[in-house]
Amino acid sequence: MSQKHETPLLDELEKGAFPSFVKEIKRAAEHSEYAQDLLGQLELSYKEKVTHWKHGGIVGVRGYGAGVIGRYSDVPDKFPGVAHFHTVRVNQPAGFFYTTDALREICDIWDKYGSRLTNMHGSTGDIILLGTKTENLEPVFAELSSRGWDLGGSGSAVRTPSCCVGPARCEWSCYDTLELTYQITQRFQDELHRPMFPYKFKFKMAGCAVDCIASIARADMSIIGTWKGNIQIDQEEVRNYAKNGMDIQAEIVDMCPTGCMSWDGNELKINDEDCNRCMHCIAKMTKALRQGEEKGATILLGSKAPIVTGALMSWVIVPFIKLEPPYEELFDLVERIWEFWDEHGKNRERVGELIERMGFPVFLKETGLEPHPAMVKEPRRDPFFFWSEEDIEK
Amino acid sequence: MEKEELKKIIYELVEKSMGKKKLKQSDILKKVSKDHGVDKQEVKAALRELLDSGQLIFTYFGGSYVEIPPKE
Ligand code: HEM
Ligand code: HEM
Ligand code: SF4
Ligand code: SF4
Repeated sequence: MSQKHETPLLDELEKGAFPSFVKEIKRAAEHSEYAQDLLGQLELSYKEKVTHWKHGGIVGVRGYGAGVIGRYSDVPDKFPGVAHFHTVRVNQPAGFFYTTDALREICDIWDKYGSRLTNMHGSTGDIILLGTKTENLEPVFAELSSRGWDLGGSGSAVRTPSCCVGPARCEWSCYDTLELTYQITQRFQDELHRPMFPYKFKFKMAGCAVDCIASIARADMSIIGTWKGNIQIDQEEVRNYAKNGMDIQAEIVDMCPTGCMSWDGNELKINDEDCNRCMHCIAKMTKALRQGEEKGATILLGSKAPIVTGALMSWVIVPFIKLEPPYEELFDLVERIWEFWDEHGKNRERVGELIERMGFPVFLKETGLEPHPAMVKEPRRDPFFFWSEEDIEK
Repeated sequence: MEKEELKKIIYELVEKSMGKKKLKQSDILKKVSKDHGVDKQEVKAALRELLDSGQLIFTYFGGSYVEIPPKE
């Protein structure tokens, strides 16, 4: 198929050193009507500096209210190939591990029903299949599910939980991020497929504070691995690092955010009581330092991108929790948080925004969490002692 | 309450608010459970059947709502 529309502006984006999405869309356009008209519509948008997508309306397949994101062209007469251009979200496996067969299967299905374009992976995690027609939604879902795939989350629902590669590939993982991701996905199937919240809710699981999945900035619930007890030091290996040219004072000690380390040229000392387990020193001196032996995770809540109000980072709600199957303590907490949100949340209000609006003390009280100094989000923001009417002895 | 009766109540609630106020799943659960003294889980099970059979559908307009499907 030769290219249907002239695209002088898009062509500019093929120049230069980086991979180009324009080049990929053109390749797809050799076999796809969708991709042909996608090029045309995108060129028009670049020219007019305005989007030609409309969204919303009917979503999903029967019984589900999530997993399909409706997109329509507002110039369907010019670009009939993208009159409908719905996105299908497919739940990815924990840690993003696939066999080559699994990838081929997904691609074959999408070549048959969609635009041949994908996005591996969307920022939430899912396998994103870009662009199909309304009448293809049920058939594509039937074919995916007959082979063991399921749709992911969208709309006011639990979004497809995702995690770092965890213990599958990384020795720093303080809990089994893959197992927990799988169990959360199974446990909250209803909340994932049938939107019932004021707005979206994301879980992201990171095995340690390096946070390869960026959970602290983009998950309503960020579950980040940590430990109790002292960092294990192999002094001989520390000296080896120094001998091999590492400036331990500058690169390690001075970079420690809590200032809890010292180095006299021979011995590294850590005041573990002040360490906030940021992983900096361990990630720099992998041979010399190991995490403390008692492993678990910190649960944080509330991060989001700026939509209704500004961006938020997650903050601590549970300083330390052992995370082992069957995870009942965690699931129980999640359900209490959702009840609080369901009770008070306004339409399109994320749980973090709700807590900002109502105040953290109200949240703690209603979810039954004990206050803890680690919950103080920023110095000088929460300096007051709070009490309620019934605490006062009259 | 009989499930069929509950389904009828839910369907009528959605039908009445069409074109006036879009209802979210939790609006329906809260209202029906309060007005008729039925447990939310029971309302949810009845609503689930309406959605699975296609009598009601989820829609999305900046948030997720439950509505009656458009006539073809
Ligand atoms: C050279 C003069 C001054 C210096 C260097 C100074 C310094 C400071 C500093 C460092 C703080 C703490 C800020 C923070 O941690 O957020 C502060 C807070 C404060 N200052 Fe001053 N100050 C000066 C003059 C004044 C004057 C003249 C007044 C009142 C007449 C005043 C009233 C306050 C008040 C009420 C606060 C508390 C604000 C709060 O934290 O809510 N200051 N000042
Ligand atoms: C009823 C009277 C007052 C109230 C309700 C009051 C309230 C406060 C509050 C809430 C803070 C912030 C504390 C914190 O965030 O840690 C503060 C700090 C401060 N107040 Fe007052 N204040 C009063 C009287 C005064 C007076 C009369 C002065 C000085 C003549 C004063 C000087 C300051 C200063 C300098 C600070 C800053 C201390 C710091 O954070 O370094 N205040 N006050
Ligand atoms: S977040 Fe930590 S445990 Fe997970 S892959 Fe990254 S370094 Fe390893
Ligand atoms: S983990 Fe972070 S806070 Fe703890 S000692 Fe190392 S650098 Fe300092």
